[in-house]
Amino acid sequence: MSAISKFRYVSTDRRVREDRRFVAGKGKFVGDIVLPNTKHVALVTCPHAAARIVAIDKSAALAMPGVHYILDGDELAAATLPLMTGLDTPNVPRRPLAHQIARYSGEWVVAVVADTRAQAEDAAEEVVIDYEPLPFVLDAEQALESNDILVHEAHGSNVLLDKTFTWGEVDKDFAASPRKLKLRVKWGRSSTVPIETFGVTASWDPWRDMLDVYASIQMPRFNDQIGVALKIPLTSVRVHYDVDVGGSYGVKRGIKHTVLCGYLSRRLGFPIRLIEDRLENMRGGDAHGPERLFDVEVAFDDNGIVRAMKMRALENVGAYAGRSPFQLGKPVGAIVGPYKIQSVQYRAVAVVTNKTTQDAVRGFGQAPTNVALERTMDEVANLLGLDRLEIRRRNMIRHEEFPYVIPSGTTYDSGDYHAVVDKVMAHTSYESMKAERDAFRAKGLLAGIGFAACLEPSGGNATFEALLNSKVQTSTYMDSCRVNVDGLGAITAMMHTTSSGQGHETLVGTVIGEVLQVDPEMIRVVRPDSLNSLPSGTPVGSRMAIMLGGAAFHAATKLKTKLVTIAAHDLGIPLERAVYENGEVYDKTNPEHRRSWLDLVQIAWRSYHRMPADMEPGLAASHIMQVPTGGHLPTADGKVQMYPCTSFEFHFILVSIDPVLGRPEIVKYRIGHDCGTVINPKIVRGMTMGGIAHGIGAALYEEFAYNDDGQLIAQSFMDYLLPSSHEVPDVEIIHHVTPSPNTVFGQKGSGESGYLGAPAAVANAVNDALRPLGISTNRLPIKVSTLGDMIAAAQEKKSKGQ
Amino acid sequence: MRIKLDINGAEREFDVEARTTLLDCLRDHAALTGAHAGCEHGVCGACTVLFDGVAVRSCLMFAPQAEGSTITTVEGVTPGPGEMSVIQDAFCETHGMQCGYCTPAMVLVAHALLIDNPNPTREEIVDAISGNICRCTGYAQIIDAIALAAERRRGANRPAERA
Repeated sequence: MSAISKFRYVSTDRRVREDRRFVAGKGKFVGDIVLPNTKHVALVTCPHAAARIVAIDKSAALAMPGVHYILDGDELAAATLPLMTGLDTPNVPRRPLAHQIARYSGEWVVAVVADTRAQAEDAAEEVVIDYEPLPFVLDAEQALESNDILVHEAHGSNVLLDKTFTWGEVDKDFAASPRKLKLRVKWGRSSTVPIETFGVTASWDPWRDMLDVYASIQMPRFNDQIGVALKIPLTSVRVHYDVDVGGSYGVKRGIKHTVLCGYLSRRLGFPIRLIEDRLENMRGGDAHGPERLFDVEVAFDDNGIVRAMKMRALENVGAYAGRSPFQLGKPVGAIVGPYKIQSVQYRAVAVVTNKTTQDAVRGFGQAPTNVALERTMDEVANLLGLDRLEIRRRNMIRHEEFPYVIPSGTTYDSGDYHAVVDKVMAHTSYESMKAERDAFRAKGLLAGIGFAACLEPSGGNATFEALLNSKVQTSTYMDSCRVNVDGLGAITAMMHTTSSGQGHETLVGTVIGEVLQVDPEMIRVVRPDSLNSLPSGTPVGSRMAIMLGGAAFHAATKLKTKLVTIAAHDLGIPLERAVYENGEVYDKTNPEHRRSWLDLVQIAWRSYHRMPADMEPGLAASHIMQVPTGGHLPTADGKVQMYPCTSFEFHFILVSIDPVLGRPEIVKYRIGHDCGTVINPKIVRGMTMGGIAHGIGAALYEEFAYNDDGQLIAQSFMDYLLPSSHEVPDVEIIHHVTPSPNTVFGQKGSGESGYLGAPAAVANAVNDALRPLGISTNRLPIKVSTLGDMIAAAQEKKSKGQ
Repeated sequence: MRIKLDINGAEREFDVEARTTLLDCLRDHAALTGAHAGCEHGVCGACTVLFDGVAVRSCLMFAPQAEGSTITTVEGVTPGPGEMSVIQDAFCETHGMQCGYCTPAMVLVAHALLIDNPNPTREEIVDAISGNICRCTGYAQIIDAIALAAERRRGANRPAERA
């Protein structure tokens, strides 16, 4: 960041105010909230990949100590509506408990309510369910190509979505290009798997007609979905946003959990609590992430200039629609990455299978797409015998070409990709990295250099919904902030969503402090409940610096304008002569002539006779912010302005592999990062580091693997491997700032940074290491076992050949 | 069954089922909610407490097994209401957390490490926290926090007998 800042608080290295409560164990997580007389839920799940529920015998379980109720899918389906889905697929209903047919192993079938969670679990074991196992399908290609086994018979096929977009003269560009290359890339099923599982307490008060919900959520339109499913007005749903969320990164949606608990609380008259255990979280929590197969074809010339691309992305969404199919839509807004590819054909296909339902995961589908793009760039270079860095430089959009419109219709706001790359290479030279790689190779190890140049679309609108479902007419995705100055002059700001570690209270305090020139530490930030909130879209799509930061900026600016107007009136001077400084207002022509902050508070709160005519008393302002560049539906030919800002990251890494073990080790990790103006450097660094760790997990370790029987075989942290401090290398971040023209401070998003490029960088480094053996892998995660076998087979083949 | 535990320097008595984990006992019976349930099978470390000074997983132990031992939770290393230890302050200084869910455990691991080893290398810090999963930070700012805390503790004035 520049040494001389035009900001007072923005971009300065300030502490994150949320941290104080967390270091003392005083966060207020959903598990810490206990309402009197709460009863607990345990779940009975389907042991088959697909089965008809023939009979449920509850008698033994009902006789167990402490048991109050046992709920099945028939009762729940009769009393509630299916959960909302974004696609137009009415014959794929999704419900909290399986209704007649269970469609994946682990799907919830029965909910047991008891005095304690332990009693509920004891009783769950005594519920006897008679199942008739049904044929099942696990593989996306099989589900797509054959209707022999249908996950939802009434739907008529397994295809939820199959849309082809053609942007530009794809066929012409392919015909005109001398070189072509095809690549198949598989992104394995993984997710974010927060350390806090999902949890909810729902409490119905029949005397007030009010459902109070305390939940570990990061979910847009959460209250809408609860109210619709339970068939109660939103005026009877009060979601409490002042609940700390123990990590989410997209998946903390919990609609089915909350509908289940809300129904039970209304039915039974107790507060009902369901906190997932780890198995419930990993299997039936419906929180898996993308499992995507890419078929990519590119057309290019002998210089490696890529002109056109055809991509088919086939998503295995699991048994129900969830939010997942839309994750094929968001990448449309950065479908060519940082490159000047002129024309693109993109076919997005989502199929249902008998696996766990997915939900949104950090990047909303962009990280897998980036792997496909970046693996392709490497292979183009390899085919031509060109350097992989050079080919990226040749194809990248140049600084002077911004704002740049990509074929799919999205304008990239700003960027200086070559400058970021140059900065990274100046920090750690390519030659030194090559020398280090070659030194490993000389020692008999495999070693490779990986690059990834990726975009982080940020600012989160929901235009992908209308793109993939023409019945959806959503063209706004607002966020909001309210600022009050109390009668003694202190400032309170309100934000209207939960947070899961992104430091939004710090963001709001910093922005309002910047505008009002007040120490941010003096500003209280609170979260009213959903009935007291302004419209808010929640923290998804790397949007809060842009959207909540923007809303706070505009609300504070309105308040400042009001203060200046009151002061000018009271000073008897024209508005243009009034100058605001450090909370005071003075006459530009006579600085002694001024009103202090407390003078202005006095006037607004108590001395209406000194206010300008027709002005509302008090000091409060609010702003509901529309996404910058938002407000348009996709065009008829499928062009769309997706997110308003694009951050850029350039990964440059070195991986060594012990050929005997097949275990990759990341030896060096450099990332050039440009998210425009940084509001809080500590937060941005943390997001980037955490994203890289998460991306390393997706690239090398994490997979929700299934066996041929449709059983999830990664059901614990013994099998689903999260990176520990040993697996995450030292990372050096090289900062660059290209401000966005679309935001109040020039900021862009950074909530998904690191994760968007790390898997691609790791995959490219491993493949560079494997190249001397004449092998490659395009299937993530690249597990130690697979890699070891591949290397052994290649070495054996090589030795036999000699 | 009735059990007596020494928690954070005070003897407490609880009536628990024999199968109650130490974690559930601390959270549900002792109202000490700083220890968190993460995986409840001993991998993630979010439930870490100090057991006779050693960092252990409270989800893998039954409460009755802790009878007669000294348990320290994050509440026990917090000097006072609103007052942070050097280690807690260092975590705030480097932003060694995001969502805060694994944080109390990380703070306790740091306490255990720095009592044994006031001058740890970076590798020793990485080793010490390797049994605790953080999904938010990628660990860098946690490692920085512990290194900073170690430096500050070494530079602090202390009574001669504790030096």
